[in-house]
Amino acid sequence: MNRHVLMLVVNRLIIAVITLLIVSFTVFAATEMLPGDVAQILLGQAATAEAVAGLRTAMHLDDPAIVRFARWLAGLASGDLGTSYANNLPIADLIGPRFLSSMKLAAATAVFSVPIALFLGITAAILRGTLFDRVVTAVTIGVISVPEFMVATSAVLIFAVYLQWLPALAFANEVHSFGELLRVFAMPVITLSFVISAQMIRMTRAAVIETLNTPYIEMALLKGASRRRIVLKHALPNALGPIVNAVALSLSYLLGGVIIVETIFNYPGIAKLMVDAVATRDLPLIQTCSMVFCLGYLLLITIADIIAILSNPRLR
Amino acid sequence: MTNLVEIRNLRVQAKTDADRTVDIIRDVSFDIAEGEIVALIGESGSGKTTIALTLMGHTRPGCRISGGSVLLGGRDMAALPQKALARLRGTEVAYVPQSAAAAFNPAQTIMDQVIEIVRIHGLMSTEAARAKALSLFRALALPDPDGIGARYPHQVSGGQLQRLSAAMALIGDPRLVIFDEPTTALDVTTQIEVLRAFKSVMKTGGLTGVYVSHDLAVVAQIADRIVVLKGGEVQEIGTTAQILEHPAHPYTQQLVAAFKPATRSKTVAVDTVKRQPLLEVRTLSAGYGPIQPNGRPLAMAVNAVDITLEHGQNLGIIGESGCGKSTLARAIAGILPPTDGHILLDGRELAPSARNRQREDLRKLQIVFQFADAALNPSKSIDDILARPLGFYHSMSKRDRDQRIDQLLDMVHLPRTVKFRRPSELSGGQKQRINLARALAADPKVILCDEITSALDTVVAAAIIDLLKELQRELGLSYIFISHDLSVVQAICDEIAVMYAGEKIEQIEPAAFGAAGGHPYSRLLHSSVPQLNPCWLDALEQDPELVNAFSKR
Repeated sequence: MNRHVLMLVVNRLIIAVITLLIVSFTVFAATEMLPGDVAQILLGQAATAEAVAGLRTAMHLDDPAIVRFARWLAGLASGDLGTSYANNLPIADLIGPRFLSSMKLAAATAVFSVPIALFLGITAAILRGTLFDRVVTAVTIGVISVPEFMVATSAVLIFAVYLQWLPALAFANEVHSFGELLRVFAMPVITLSFVISAQMIRMTRAAVIETLNTPYIEMALLKGASRRRIVLKHALPNALGPIVNAVALSLSYLLGGVIIVETIFNYPGIAKLMVDAVATRDLPLIQTCSMVFCLGYLLLITIADIIAILSNPRLR
Repeated sequence: MTNLVEIRNLRVQAKTDADRTVDIIRDVSFDIAEGEIVALIGESGSGKTTIALTLMGHTRPGCRISGGSVLLGGRDMAALPQKALARLRGTEVAYVPQSAAAAFNPAQTIMDQVIEIVRIHGLMSTEAARAKALSLFRALALPDPDGIGARYPHQVSGGQLQRLSAAMALIGDPRLVIFDEPTTALDVTTQIEVLRAFKSVMKTGGLTGVYVSHDLAVVAQIADRIVVLKGGEVQEIGTTAQILEHPAHPYTQQLVAAFKPATRSKTVAVDTVKRQPLLEVRTLSAGYGPIQPNGRPLAMAVNAVDITLEHGQNLGIIGESGCGKSTLARAIAGILPPTDGHILLDGRELAPSARNRQREDLRKLQIVFQFADAALNPSKSIDDILARPLGFYHSMSKRDRDQRIDQLLDMVHLPRTVKFRRPSELSGGQKQRINLARALAADPKVILCDEITSALDTVVAAAIIDLLKELQRELGLSYIFISHDLSVVQAICDEIAVMYAGEKIEQIEPAAFGAAGGHPYSRLLHSSVPQLNPCWLDALEQDPELVNAFSKR
């Protein structure tokens, strides 16, 4: 049986790698199609034709696309992310700290929102039909419907401008104590939690309700099991697969989709880096950022799938 | 003998979707003596399961006990708070569910679930509970009693799970055990083993039991007394012998009568003309899954089956679950294109897939499915449902169609006003009649009936069978009648094809079915069908080798 699980997991990993390859090709092709000649842009309007041609040769821009793609991919695989066009810094150095601070924000949001979302989702499912359930359901629908820039700017308006409790901008590098950390992270984390919790709550509630309606739950009740035991021992293990997937999908949003929050709070994250790269036509940086987002997304989804496989004895 | 259970004037209310409350149990009173097994029998919707569940103080969502008392050992289960009920559940009264396959948690091992009652109530140490579970597994004649507990529910068969669920109920030494249709989902050959196991543990333990079932013959084997229910009311209470031999209430008489064997004798050929085969199936094979290098699907469900249906004759196809009988029907209808073989209708070869068949061929060969609700589009009116084949096959004008729909409804004995309703507003039997009317709308020559009475109550099913016979007389139809229920097939068919593991093992006349000369599996199947005689199970002797060879235990 364990061999079988291993096969399933390995299969899943192979699929992830193939997906990654396809995405890398798409990313490369998409940036290829962007208008404008890189050498021309870098050297500016006044450059002579010889200078442009020289730079093109130096940057291997005249090679066939497929060769450049292979070279880029090989570089990625060996850890060489290339050099930024805009300021000639290694991309690894540019992305490194930004990635770290993005991860900090994502981790803080996950730590804050996942337990709350799971708790609300599960309790709403258990107390289905009660006032509590209706309030949770109505509020989550409300939260889904409000765009995040609205949440973010309202938060700035209330907490930073009127109440002056929290700083409007998040300078993550100037954090020296835990208290400061809380103050800096409070608003971005709350805003992001609003956005990602709603979906998790709804999916968790639906998954738990579905298992609570099964005959084995009634059987557990007729064995004299307490409500707590029914939910923890019988309902949750069977709802785990869909819940983990919902959580992974929501968390994947934290990697690339946080641009609005990063912009409003001036948070130095990787999403903002990528948007800046688009503005300066820094192709290698755009490509690498896209790959980082994709990798993170794939990683989360693959982990969720593997947990779902392991939690299901029929697959195990 | 003292009474362990006394139910007095029990009423249960249910809330409908429209927020109205209806009484689904009305003024039910009966007693169960210590050590006695009482059966609750009735059709679906008669309230038998609802009553049984009130013995545990439980009602399904949307229902509540609105009056009366349910005394179990002097305590009123209808009035106790949830906490007190939870303490009694599993220790005083235990439950054996209808579908053990669904009642076992798929994510836990069997042993964990069997001894869960002990854990919940802190009855004994885990080691003692395991030892007790093993002795119960042995008492219930489960194969590999030492190893079965470590498996997951999907790794054991349905009949084993059903016995395991009895072990799960008995582990807490309850005084009362409720069996809720525990053998309904099983094949007849499996049912015998399970019934025997139940009977022996109940008798040796001197346990009190409630046995809920719709099957009078099954109940006759195990119950001391029978409570006959209809529409949430008690119709008759009596000892098993009295109910079977001298039923007093008209409804009970009807129930008992529905069991009387009614074997059809082969219709004598009306004329001397050599009978023409209407439908011929030659070495048909079909299966599911991706096509393998050898050109056949991964899982073969039907292997080289030959059948012949003559004009005006009915052919029954019988076999247990998984024998390929429904796949055969789907292959003949072209829903699942066969991988091998030929289908000839009126001498013309049909394309394997329904997609490639000519409209005229489709018209002549119609199929009626088991689950009427699933086969009827819930958002269309009956009018629309019946008008569609009329337009498709006969290109009828609107006025002709209306007329024909009225005729069709008359044919299946439904009031014409039904056409304005939607499927959800009809009963199960009415829906199956509409299904039949839809097939008739095409003016078919052959109707494939796939378990069409299996989801219906005995009395309703008997009426559908009568309707089929009547339609045959009037319209000269031929049926291929697929069922696992021997008595239904015997009632309507001229010949019976017996299927086992995807192959047709013999084709015989109903009267000869189960006779000494037949195939051993046919004999096993025939002897496994429960009889109304209460001594049938005890007297039944089956060749153990035969059982081992063919029964999926």
